[in-house]
Amino acid sequence: METTKLPPSSPSSPTTSFSVPSAEKVDGFPRRSMRRARQRRSHSSSQFRYQSSQVELTPLPLLKDAPVAELHDLFCKKLQQCCVLFDFLDCVADLKGKEIKRAALNELVESVATSRGVLIEPLYPEAIKMISVNIFRTLPPSENPEFDPEEDEPTLEASWPHLQLVYEFFLRFLESPDFQPSMAKRYVDQKFVLQLLELFDSEDPREREYLKTILHRVYGKLLGLRAYIRKQINNIFLRFIYETEHFNGVAELLEILGSIINGFALPLKSEHKQFLVRVLIPLHTAKSLSIFHAQLAYCVVQFMEKDATVTEYIIRGLLKYWPKTCTQKEVMFLGEIEEILDVIEPSQFMRIQEPLFKQIAACISSPHFQVAERALYFWNNEYILSLIEENCQVILPLVFATLYRVSKEHWNQTIVSLIYNVLKTFMEMNSKLFDDLTASYKVEKQKELKRERERAELWRGLEEYQERRMQMLTEAARNQRNLQDPKTIAEPTNRHIDAGAGTFLL
Amino acid sequence: MAGADGDDSLYPIAVLIDELRNEDVQLRLNSIKKLSTIALALGVERTRTELLPFLTDTIYDEDEVLLALAEQLGNFTMLVGGPEYVHCLLPPLESLATVEETVVRDKAVESLRKISQEHSPVDLEVHFEPLVKRLASGDWFTSRTSACGLFSVCYPRVSSTVKAEIRQHFRTLCSDDTPMVRRAAASKLGEFAKVLELEYVKSDIISLFTALASDEQDSVRLLAVEACVSIATLLPQEDLETLVMPTLRQAAEDKSWRVRYMVADKFSELQKAVGPEITKNDLVPAFQNLLKDCEAEVRAAAANKVKEFCENLPEDNREQIIMTHILPCVKELVSDTNQHVKSALASVIMGLSTILGKDNTIEHLLPLFLAQLKDECPEVRLNIISNLDCVNEVIGIRQLSQSLLPAIVELAEDAKWRVRLAIIEYMPLLAGQLGVEFFDEKLNTLCMAWLIDHVYAIREAATCNLMKLVEKFGAEWAQNTIVPKVLGMANDPNYLHRMTTLFCINALSKACGQEITTKQMLPVVLKMSNDQVANVRFNVAKSLQKIGPILDSNALQTEVKPVLEKLASDTDMDVKYFAQEAISVPPSHSSLFTPLAAVILEPQSPQRTTTFSPSVRWKVLAADGATSC
Repeated sequence: METTKLPPSSPSSPTTSFSVPSAEKVDGFPRRSMRRARQRRSHSSSQFRYQSSQVELTPLPLLKDAPVAELHDLFCKKLQQCCVLFDFLDCVADLKGKEIKRAALNELVESVATSRGVLIEPLYPEAIKMISVNIFRTLPPSENPEFDPEEDEPTLEASWPHLQLVYEFFLRFLESPDFQPSMAKRYVDQKFVLQLLELFDSEDPREREYLKTILHRVYGKLLGLRAYIRKQINNIFLRFIYETEHFNGVAELLEILGSIINGFALPLKSEHKQFLVRVLIPLHTAKSLSIFHAQLAYCVVQFMEKDATVTEYIIRGLLKYWPKTCTQKEVMFLGEIEEILDVIEPSQFMRIQEPLFKQIAACISSPHFQVAERALYFWNNEYILSLIEENCQVILPLVFATLYRVSKEHWNQTIVSLIYNVLKTFMEMNSKLFDDLTASYKVEKQKELKRERERAELWRGLEEYQERRMQMLTEAARNQRNLQDPKTIAEPTNRHIDAGAGTFLL
Repeated sequence: MAGADGDDSLYPIAVLIDELRNEDVQLRLNSIKKLSTIALALGVERTRTELLPFLTDTIYDEDEVLLALAEQLGNFTMLVGGPEYVHCLLPPLESLATVEETVVRDKAVESLRKISQEHSPVDLEVHFEPLVKRLASGDWFTSRTSACGLFSVCYPRVSSTVKAEIRQHFRTLCSDDTPMVRRAAASKLGEFAKVLELEYVKSDIISLFTALASDEQDSVRLLAVEACVSIATLLPQEDLETLVMPTLRQAAEDKSWRVRYMVADKFSELQKAVGPEITKNDLVPAFQNLLKDCEAEVRAAAANKVKEFCENLPEDNREQIIMTHILPCVKELVSDTNQHVKSALASVIMGLSTILGKDNTIEHLLPLFLAQLKDECPEVRLNIISNLDCVNEVIGIRQLSQSLLPAIVELAEDAKWRVRLAIIEYMPLLAGQLGVEFFDEKLNTLCMAWLIDHVYAIREAATCNLMKLVEKFGAEWAQNTIVPKVLGMANDPNYLHRMTTLFCINALSKACGQEITTKQMLPVVLKMSNDQVANVRFNVAKSLQKIGPILDSNALQTEVKPVLEKLASDTDMDVKYFAQEAISVPPSHSSLFTPLAAVILEPQSPQRTTTFSPSVRWKVLAADGATSC
């Protein structure tokens, strides 16, 4: 209330006389970064807790010095040694042990990557066990419940010095020319994959990057798991869309799917179409779309390039989920539509042009200039322009009224001049239709107003009718009450008069 | 009877359906929201035969519209002709219960649950139960998820063969392939158990509970914890140990912190459900572990329950359990590394004093309170201060006052205005407990200092605080201690402080009464009408409007009216506006009118208050003023 007017003689406005340490200036509350700095622990402790007693590690001989006969045995011992977990939150605890494990992991990575014939069957269970023990853990609670991947720094995994080497080992293991899927599938099973997928929720982008490559390799090499992996990814996405709206690894999973879709056989199985319609398209509703939109749009376009008949599902789906209030997302949607139109088949275009251009017209009249601008840029795209030209008879009547109106009233000059260009293009495309529409614009406007009035009239009538009915019911109810107790009716009438008299006297 | 009306032909269904199909989503939404109006116009017959089939067929729409539709249909029973026709509503609701969007589906299920009660037992078996079965065996997870919420509403009212089928369907969904469905089933497990016969609880529910509680996904396991409360309540004590406890023990030590968090969060309910014996043997150690959990989230959830848990311990050895098992953990939490844990504890720890009594409180708890009063995190200190009343009852606040004062002063001067705001809100409470002398001596200066805080919200809260203090300590106290200081600010060079004087007067006048208001406050307000700052002047007008009802008519006529008239011809637009407002609109006129409809429709409503004499007087005067203007 005191800001309604600042007098000229104001000695000091509240904000300037205020001096606090700059770090706390925002609103007096500690900023997120400070809060985090103070409590930056807890990460990864859950896992560490379950190790019953700390084992003392002793360095083993180097792999490269081992005689061939003992190599596998030593490899196995090193794998077992690497199953010991360390507390990385206490950065000075057991430095010796940490160093021994780090060296051992390095050796294992190098050995799997460079020497042939190391990976023999008995090593598979040991290797998978070592990997499982190290990477599978319940991810700790996010330190920032409103974690915004675009704004905030992610919390990094404390045990990364070891974890990275374990992931590296896993990757080399999968990529090794000696790797035998037939042996691995006994240990890399459904349960394993499910736990691997859960890790994609990690806040640490380095971890998700490794997971992405690893899952891709698993998908590529272990054919028996493919359907299962796809189904579990579906579940993760559906949970993300309809339940939690929170999952850090959506972009990475979509990236993998992008290349999976590429390899789908034709004609598309109904399972895959269902995935498109019921999972990929609804993913567009997510609040955090901006983080994975590029990957998502890629997947969608991949589907279209595979099979043009899905185009209609896609466009109608996007129109259904078109953002109502978030202009930033609207711009993303328009970008995706352009990507789609870039590769659309003309016959498919004709099927969706009507609803699509109604939406585009709505975007052009958006008061947010970026939305209007993004929509108008479609006319700079040669392929889209050729499609519009071919279907000018249908499209021009859909957008004409909007263009005409917005050209007169948009606040932003850039938009106005873009619209003039579009109108000019249309005029050149089909001057007869353009003139007709210009001529009938006013009449159409009138008709619209008339319809509007008729609607209002209809609803007024309906509501009056409802009121009459309600009155009848109330009266019936009152009569009934009267019959039961004649005194009660006297009271409201009196009071009614009371209230009326009161207002009258005043 | 509803269809007997002659003029429903005025509204051909096509016109109405056009409204429901309008291209503009907003218009469509508006139409759907008034679906009952449309149905009323059509009459029950045509609603059943024409409107509902249309709604069932054109279910593809914006989720927003579908949500409104799902909600409307839950209240449609009368509009389709009463309970005997209520099953007509099932087809559209069934489709709505299968859509993707969770809110729509949930609303559809809610409406289905509602109208299930209006089905007769026969209709329930003929129409409702087959729908549940169809949903339960639907292809896509959405329909199966919806089915989970419908079993419990039809189970009690169907025959035993149908009951067996329902149990079978529920079993199937509990081991569904998709985790979404298992989650839905797990979340309804407790509710379903409640309507089952005890023998089936033992034979069916327990095995489902055990399976869900060891699901591969922690999001399913944690829902089983919730069900645990209801299941344990249903079972006789002697079965708990074998049927429930193994699972509960396992949940309390689950490797996922989310499950442990859930156990901590539901701890009081669990404690009540399993009874005192099991609590002593099992839950006490489990609670200790949760208080020492490695995840701060879990510790905070457990810390929140400390008081309730201790309160509900069996009385015979409550004190001993607390002293030997719980208190040591609590002591550790006082110096926890995580501020959320500490502040969760601080919000309940004071409650322990009533349970432990005076001596234990002084010896064991007091040091903890004092430590928390000095905590680096303001929220912890605030939580302690806000719960002082518990300690006051047991040991008296004097024990604490030594440490309390520095803590309050520090919070009062905290750099963060929200902290200052929070402590101001506790001032009236503190004042009540510390007594007027202590207050005058130590805290009064603080309360006055807040009046010139540089944040408006603080100044506003400070005026409100003064009002509450006056209500507590009385008008005489106000006259001696705060009124002179407040009025003194009227001459402050800073116009914001001068306005604070006016705001204080607005707040205090009623509590101070007519005498002080007329003799001391009014002159100051009137004098301020000459202020050079327009904001001050229009606030004078507002203040006069506020305090008008408290003044007598003489003061109004001779002193207030001339000043308002002068302000009404001020050069500043806003000053004029508020002065005229004060002249023409009486302050509390709202009670003069009672909505006509309310009088008609609710004849039995209680007599409304008739004590508006001051405002009436004021109104008369204002009318005078208006005519003379």
